[in-house]
Amino acid sequence: MAILILKRIGTMALMMLVVSLIVFLLLEIDKESVAVKVLGVFTTEEQRRLWLEANGYFEPLYLRYFSWLAGFVTGDLGESTVFRVPVSEILWPRLANTAILGVLAMLVLIPLSLLLGVFAGMREGSLQDRAISVVSIITTSVPEFASGIFLVAVFVVGLHLLPGTSTMIEGFDLTQLVLPVAVLVIYDFGYVTRMTRASMAEVMMTPYIRTAVLKGLPFRRVIVRHALRNALIAPFTVIMLQINWLLSGVIVVELLFAYKGFGTLLLEAALNGDIFVIEACTMVAVFVAVATQTIADLGYTLLNPRIRFT
Amino acid sequence: MMTEQVVGETAPPSVVRQTVRSIGYLKESPVAVIGTAIVVFWSLVAILAPLISPFEPTATILPFARPLTPAPDGGRFLLGTDQLGRDILSRIIWGSRTVLIYAPLATFSAYLVGVMMGLAAGYLRGSTDSVLSFVSNVILSFPVLILYILIITTIGPSGLNVVIAVTFASAPGIMRIVRGLVLDLRNREYVAAAQTRGESAWYIMLCEILPNARGPLVVDICLRLGYVTITIGTLGFLGLGLPPPRPDWGGMVSDIRALAPAFPHMAVFPCLAISSLVLGLNLLADGLREISLRD
Repeated sequence: MAILILKRIGTMALMMLVVSLIVFLLLEIDKESVAVKVLGVFTTEEQRRLWLEANGYFEPLYLRYFSWLAGFVTGDLGESTVFRVPVSEILWPRLANTAILGVLAMLVLIPLSLLLGVFAGMREGSLQDRAISVVSIITTSVPEFASGIFLVAVFVVGLHLLPGTSTMIEGFDLTQLVLPVAVLVIYDFGYVTRMTRASMAEVMMTPYIRTAVLKGLPFRRVIVRHALRNALIAPFTVIMLQINWLLSGVIVVELLFAYKGFGTLLLEAALNGDIFVIEACTMVAVFVAVATQTIADLGYTLLNPRIRFT
Repeated sequence: MMTEQVVGETAPPSVVRQTVRSIGYLKESPVAVIGTAIVVFWSLVAILAPLISPFEPTATILPFARPLTPAPDGGRFLLGTDQLGRDILSRIIWGSRTVLIYAPLATFSAYLVGVMMGLAAGYLRGSTDSVLSFVSNVILSFPVLILYILIITTIGPSGLNVVIAVTFASAPGIMRIVRGLVLDLRNREYVAAAQTRGESAWYIMLCEILPNARGPLVVDICLRLGYVTITIGTLGFLGLGLPPPRPDWGGMVSDIRALAPAFPHMAVFPCLAISSLVLGLNLLADGLREISLRD
């Protein structure tokens, strides 16, 4: 088991290394454009050259990469060219805000989609199964920005029930998070529900469930005691992998509701050419995605009774 | 139906007959019929755009008009106008062209690359497989929208670059699917027969394996078309899509994002358009899957 964990962590480190190389090459291979982005368009050739020299940009590419990577690992993420403060100072509070949004979304998403998936899968082809399938197809067809607009039209413009923005200017306000969380959940729950349903339906076809039913056990007991245990292994992985999707979703949702999270930070940085912020945001996001994937892999191995370690 | 089956036993069915037969199968699933109807509807709108659009999509006539407002020189703004006074219905109609050109183009390009990668990885195995699988794992580890933002900000927003970005981001996923199918098919007798005949590896991959993997791939193409449509819309919404003034549905919403609470009609109708198209594609995919499972 320890070997397996070490192996996974090794793979993860290797992946992060390659990702960092891609990010570095994509954003910093052209040092002239880096200088323009950092110093602004209205600078002379001479000023840019001096800046590049002072910051070691005339070193060979591989040396630049290693010193960049070393900076990253030790937490020196560079300075934002827009805010003129170290990137880490703005990144962590924004990440914390996004984490709040993400955790809330997961807290709604997980029970909802597991419940619906189990209900749909335990009687395949029944009315409840079909209804749940139709709803999940419809909700996954609506892009996040569109469902956001629909929700705003209904709950903000039509019913005046909820605030339309989530700026949190007057302190933390949970009602401002209702719509953003709803958008994330609406887009994602269909997929998790379908996966849970498939897993549940597969378990319901197995001989041991038939045995339990034929033994005369109440249907409830068959589901809760026999079916759920095995049916919920696959959804575990699916849910962990949703965190990767959520990191995309929050960008749209945060822009739509003007929420000061990591997604708006990345988007603003991308539109303003604030390259050190882009680098930091990307690396953090990929790290979260790769880490959750690693946990999903390990968790699956631990949960699956067919795989045993001696 | 009967005669076709009899013919099928004596001679391999032609491509035309197979297509006719699969359209016949489509009727068996109501879900697929609805999906097809929606997709055909939007395709017709895109083709007939110059004929059915009531106004020029870029003409600025009367700003902030609510739906059903009469236009100054005859006609009505059925869905209202935007902040620059452009007719929303006309922009949606012309916008369908943008979506229905770029989404299939990008999906096709991603499939070309993904299928090649998947065939090579699954059939050749060994180091080719390891390298291709590792590359796609790395690409897939990026949250997808972040990958798009990185690519588009590096190479700039344009139609071609959207296609490139979609290809780069989707090909690994397609590769995984194709690779899985190939791993299953590569040990079949007909592959062994082709190998014994001394056919080249690419002939076997493209002419023996690929046609037999098409069932699941057709379903995936529909799903992916829907997903690419969402992606193009979302990029437009984030301001990273196709440059204005070309109308595209995501871009229309992006322009008036701040005004949406005051003038919901400006945003709601383009959103309905994109959602219905994606729904059509997803229903079609679902119907096709249902039909393929039944056989």
